[in-house]
Amino acid sequence: MIRTGAAGWLALLVAAPLLVVLLVAFAVPHDGLPPFLLPWLTDAPNESWSLLTADGFFLGALMRSLWLALLTAALCVALSYPMALGILRAVPRARPWLVGVCVLPFAIGFVLRMGAWIGLLRDSGLVNRALMAAGIIIDPLPMLHAWPALMAGMLHSYLPFALLPLYAALAARDRAPEEAAADLGAAPFTVFRTVTLPASAAAAGAAFLLVFIPAAGEFVVPELLGPPDALLAGRAIWQEFFQSRDWPLAAAASVALLGVLLAPIMLWQRLERR
Amino acid sequence: MTRAVLALGLVFLWAPVALMAVFAFSDARQPFVWGGFSWRWFAALADNPRMQEAALLSLGIAAGAATLAVLAGGALGWVLARHGAFRGRMVFGALAAAPLVLPEVVTGLSLLLLFVALERATGWPEGRGVLTILLAHASLGAAYVAVVVQARLAGLGRMLEDAAADLGAAPATILRTITLPLIAPSLLAGWGLAFMLSLDDVVLASFTGGPGATTLPVLLFSQMRMGPTPEANALALILLLIAALVGAVALLLRR
Repeated sequence: MIRTGAAGWLALLVAAPLLVVLLVAFAVPHDGLPPFLLPWLTDAPNESWSLLTADGFFLGALMRSLWLALLTAALCVALSYPMALGILRAVPRARPWLVGVCVLPFAIGFVLRMGAWIGLLRDSGLVNRALMAAGIIIDPLPMLHAWPALMAGMLHSYLPFALLPLYAALAARDRAPEEAAADLGAAPFTVFRTVTLPASAAAAGAAFLLVFIPAAGEFVVPELLGPPDALLAGRAIWQEFFQSRDWPLAAAASVALLGVLLAPIMLWQRLERR
Repeated sequence: MTRAVLALGLVFLWAPVALMAVFAFSDARQPFVWGGFSWRWFAALADNPRMQEAALLSLGIAAGAATLAVLAGGALGWVLARHGAFRGRMVFGALAAAPLVLPEVVTGLSLLLLFVALERATGWPEGRGVLTILLAHASLGAAYVAVVVQARLAGLGRMLEDAAADLGAAPATILRTITLPLIAPSLLAGWGLAFMLSLDDVVLASFTGGPGATTLPVLLFSQMRMGPTPEANALALILLLIAALVGAVALLLRR
């Protein structure tokens, strides 16, 4: 009975929405509420898919999104490894507190954190005023609404998604092979490269994908910190839905994004089940 | 080396947040400008009905969504850990984990389209608002609760439940007297996680909410598009202190 209820929950709130979005992707825009007609209620052809592929607009957004997600996930994992190992070098009693200090900044919510980055990086922001007061620059550096600001914001938003699972995996690992390697004279980095890294590769892969997949559709961080001309998949879907009110096109773009992410999603689920 | 990177990472994570906390006490109208010590932005926060309304709405939605997420996610995690290989388990597991990684815009758009379709077909839910945001957040939260509960049950093993069954306890009795007390800490942790996720969500609430239901993150997001405010700094410091307190109590109680 509980299993039936749980299956019903998944059918209603996870499976059904995905089927509906697939259906609306083949609908036709229409004046009214909701602003589309389902394919069998109209003779007008669906143009969403040809619109998506016609010019490089959406394809470019998709490629930029994947690139941004790749960079974000790689940086998150690269930073999480030494951070997690650093926490594990502390005495056991202090470790939960160190993890707490790492995740506490996330408690204020990511909108406020992104607001802080704006306050630091904009032309009249703290960093520019400090640099000008020190006489290092004369005119403010245009740091906000640029790729470095976007990367800082993405890293700041997604780091715990890589740090926490990687920390859990590294905390549970068997230390004996590393100690044996060190006893036999391997340098610390050699121990990491030849023992620690291969033993935690699956966890690192899962952490990478746990950042990569949602980051590919990220909307809020690029909207607040990114360059205005850098159109990303998440922003394209948002704009088609909220500004153009072209629901079929937004749905088709969502299906396209999901299609690209299907392989990483399946790989992640496989790594998680191991 | 690892300690140096840890220190560097902490500086990166904390610098913007610590600066917000410091400048919350600045008298200047422009945020991140020091204009002498003042409590005025805390007073301004206490005198801002729009912000308070949004905060209360967000707290209500988060509490409701987290409670629903614990019920649904607890069941999902229990089924995944204890029901062995039933028919459709692969699909069940894939769907249970899907909300963890699906991009928010895709989840938000698809849930909105579902609610619109449901309303056309059955008349429920009537329009978009608090209820639809709550359901969207519960669907996301349940996926996180399921992971926590499944991991806990897998770690515990089945020994106690098998012993109870051998001694003649009915399945419902085992669930109530053995399993539930064992996973209670995970359910509590899952509730907290789902609560935080709901409180921090802009995208799902924007898609599934209506004009009458503006949550605090949605309100803050529209303000941040215009630029940060000193009031936001004061709010950040208050949230930071609450979280530090709750976190410290939780860590002290663990031992």
